[in-house]
Parts: sequence; structure tokens; C-alpha cells
Amino acid sequence: MSVHAVSFLSLPAALLLAPLLAGIVNRTKAFFAGRTGQPLLQRYHDLAKLFRKGTVYSRTTTWVFRAGPVVGLAALLAAMALVPVAGGPASLAFSGDLVLFAYLLGLARFATVLAALDTGSSFEGMGASREVQFAALAEPALLLGLAAIARETGSLSLSGMLGTITGGAWASAGPVLALVAAALLVVFLAENARIPFDDPTTHLELTMVHEVMVLDHGGPDLALIETASALKLWILGSLVVGILVPVRTGRPWLDAGAFLAGMAALGVITGIVESSMARLRLSAVPQLLVGAGALSALALMLVLW
Amino acid sequence: MASWIDSALVLLILTNLMLLGSSRIRTCIRAVAAQGIVLGLLALVAHRGAPSLHTLLLAVGGMGLKGLLFPWLLFRARREANVRREPRPFVGYQASIVAGTVAMGVSLWLGARLPLPGGVISPLVVPAALFTILCGLFLMVSRKTALMQVVGYLVLENGIYVFGAAGVQEAPLLVELGVLLDVFVAVFVMGITIFHISRQFDHIETDRLADLKE
Repeated sequence: MSVHAVSFLSLPAALLLAPLLAGIVNRTKAFFAGRTGQPLLQRYHDLAKLFRKGTVYSRTTTWVFRAGPVVGLAALLAAMALVPVAGGPASLAFSGDLVLFAYLLGLARFATVLAALDTGSSFEGMGASREVQFAALAEPALLLGLAAIARETGSLSLSGMLGTITGGAWASAGPVLALVAAALLVVFLAENARIPFDDPTTHLELTMVHEVMVLDHGGPDLALIETASALKLWILGSLVVGILVPVRTGRPWLDAGAFLAGMAALGVITGIVESSMARLRLSAVPQLLVGAGALSALALMLVLW
Repeated sequence: MASWIDSALVLLILTNLMLLGSSRIRTCIRAVAAQGIVLGLLALVAHRGAPSLHTLLLAVGGMGLKGLLFPWLLFRARREANVRREPRPFVGYQASIVAGTVAMGVSLWLGARLPLPGGVISPLVVPAALFTILCGLFLMVSRKTALMQVVGYLVLENGIYVFGAAGVQEAPLLVELGVLLDVFVAVFVMGITIFHISRQFDHIETDRLADLKE
């Protein structure tokens, strides 16, 4: 296992910048709808407000409900430590850490789902069931795609995999990388509950997937959940950007600039997707996720064979 | 050069997956038209050096026929039969995509054990051709509307064409023109048949036509 002290800076940086990415998505959507939209820093104000509030707990809930947000955020922070950003190595890297990465995301989801089930609300149970169904289909797409890149680059750690994707890798294995990037983009949208999978702004419980699970959380708990969801957007986004923006010059400022520009562009693309597409029917969502899985499987087969 | 051929073949594979996963007939016709264009480009880049008049003629003719004329005929048949989507296929769309992934694996396995005489321009040619043929066959047996079966037939023909365009360097001009003419007549006749079926029976689902035999 290798530990890079300097790269630990990426953790506070991610925590600090992640709400801004959500702000960029919101501003893009507002631009396409012809509205002024909320300020870019609105998310920070929301979080500050939530952290100042007190909490109310239902009497039917147990410690599971209180542990949910904390475990979720902790798991995502641990996952963030494994992701290399801006061309440099991740703060923690060892062979096979991509499996740990996938299951830390799974652990965060598990904690949220348990907390939702703990409330005993039928709406939250319904949302949890949908969330788990979609996640079960998104996970093969993620893991097969990562496996294809691992085989292509000959490294089993996320740092080694994303660190060696350069312009040269795109020239020699362009189709494989493009297939994986497309599959990961679908996973990125699905895992973060964006349109076309889920509408983050919906206010109707029956159509909610992700948002319905956090209806009973309030105050600091909700702030932790919001931070975690912004962080998840950032983590999966940095995976996609790490593949799509192969700038590895070795100069930290240049690499970091290219990475941040890539993240901002990803936020704008997400906003454009959300503005130009309608939400899919619930029965059509698994089809798109299976399609993403097929793209990943195709990439893996092209690499293996 | 090799990466362009590989990209074209991957595009061909992706259009196959799209055909397997889409229920809209309009999308399927567009996908099969895109396949025709990709195959024409493939035939152009497959030949080393400047393309001869023979390959140029075949590639442009193939693109015009498969990319423009067939889609136009199919769109016309679709409008006259007034079907928008394939309502209840024998094999569902998710299962079709999974079957397609399995077929891709089988094609890659088979392609590695099937050396063509004289060598091929890219090791992906034989698997892509086999996969396209398998997809065409699968579409023909798993879809109910007659239009989708015509689309499946076209995909099958495209798969055979990949062998010809990219596998074998030079096939006689007369043979290839004959094949194109055959396909053209087939699609033309099938378009007319679909129109007559839909006028007689108000639908083009072939499994229900079996009820007619006494």
C-alpha cells in the first residue's frame, strides 16, 4: 500500500468544491429554462442553515436511523481517498482498491437504505426498493468497465489505472476507453439520481427514487446527507473526467487546472442532459442500465481477446 | 488506418446492440441505415492506397442503397402500416441485450478459431461479421412485426457484406452487384407485401397470421 501525504489535500478540496459542482448543474438548467436561477453558492448557504438547526427523531426509529447519514458520509470520504485526481496518485493506493472503491459506494447506499427502512414509512420503503434495484444493475456496469481499464493499463489500483491514461492510450485503445467512458457516464447519472433516471427536484413521493429515502431526515443529519450526495457526484465525476481528460503533464498546476475545467464541463453536460431529456419511465430505466452494462462488457471483451 | 477500421467495426457492433435494445421501429430503421453508411466507409478504408474505381463504385452504391433507399422504403412501409413500435416481442429487450452480449462473446471465441485464407485487415473483422449475422438472425426470430423481420434480414445481409468488404480483398464486381440487386428486390417486394398484409388484416404481426391456416 502506498500513502501520498500531499494527495490528502484532495479530500478537503473535494468537500469544499463538491457543492459548487451541483451549483453549476443548477445554473446550467436555469440558463436553458430561461431563468436566472439560484446563486452558484446556494448549496453552501443551504448546508450552513441545516447545520445550525436541531434534529427531530421519530419514536419508531432506532440507532440505525441516526447512524445512516454518518456511515454514508464516512464511506464516501474513504472512497474519495482512493480516487486519484488531477493526474496525481490517490492518497491511498493498493492493488485491488477498485473493488474496495465499488463496495464503499455500496456501503454508503446500504446505510441510507437501512435508515430509510428504519422509519417504517411505506414511501421510504418503496424508494429504497427502487434505489437498490437500479444500483444492482449499475454495479456490473461500473465493475466491468473498471475491469476493462484495469486490463488495458495492467494495473489493479485506481491510481495506476487513471494515471496511465494519456493521449497515447486514447490513440491505441480509443474504442475501449470511449465505451467505458460512456458506460461510466450512465452510471454517474444513475448513481447520483439525475435525469433520465430520477428527478432531483421532484416533490411527488410516488415518483421519487433517491429523494424519498431522506424525507424523514432533518437538520444536521440532512446536511450530512446533502454533503454526501454532493461528494458522490464529485467522486464518480472525477472517475469520468479522469478517463475523458487525459492531461498528465506532471506539472501539478496544469494538471489540476485541466481536471477542474473537466469537472466544470461535466457539470454543464449534466445540466444540458437534464434540460434536454425527459425522465424515463420506471420500467425503461433497467433497460438503459443493462445497455450500459453491455457497453462495459463489450469493452472488457475487446480488451481480453 | 487500423484504428479507423477498428472504430468502424465497433460502431457496427454498437448499432447492433441498439437494434437489439430498441422497441421503436423508427430508431431501428435509422440504426440499420447507419450500418449501411458505416459499411460503405469500411469498404473505402479497407483497401490500402487509393481506392480503385471498382471499390469506389461499390462503396458509394452500397451507401446510397442501404443508407438512403432502403430506409426510405422501410419508412414508407412503416407509415402505411401505421406501426410505431414493436409491442410484444417473443424475447424482451433487456433479455435481447443480454443475449447480444453473449453472442458477442461467442463471436469473439469463434472468430479466433476461424482463420480466413489470405489473412484479414483487422482481427476484429470476423467476430464483428459473425456478431452482425447472429444479431440479424436473432432479430428475425424474436420479433413479431413483419417490418422488424425485414430489418433483421438487412442486418443479416450486412454481416455477410462485412466478410466480403473487409475479409476478402477483391470479389468480382458482377457478383457484388448481383448481391446488391437481390437485396434491393427483396426489400422492395417485402415492402409491398407488408403494405398488403396491413391493408388486409389491420396489423403486421406475423405470429397471428398462423391462425389463418385451416
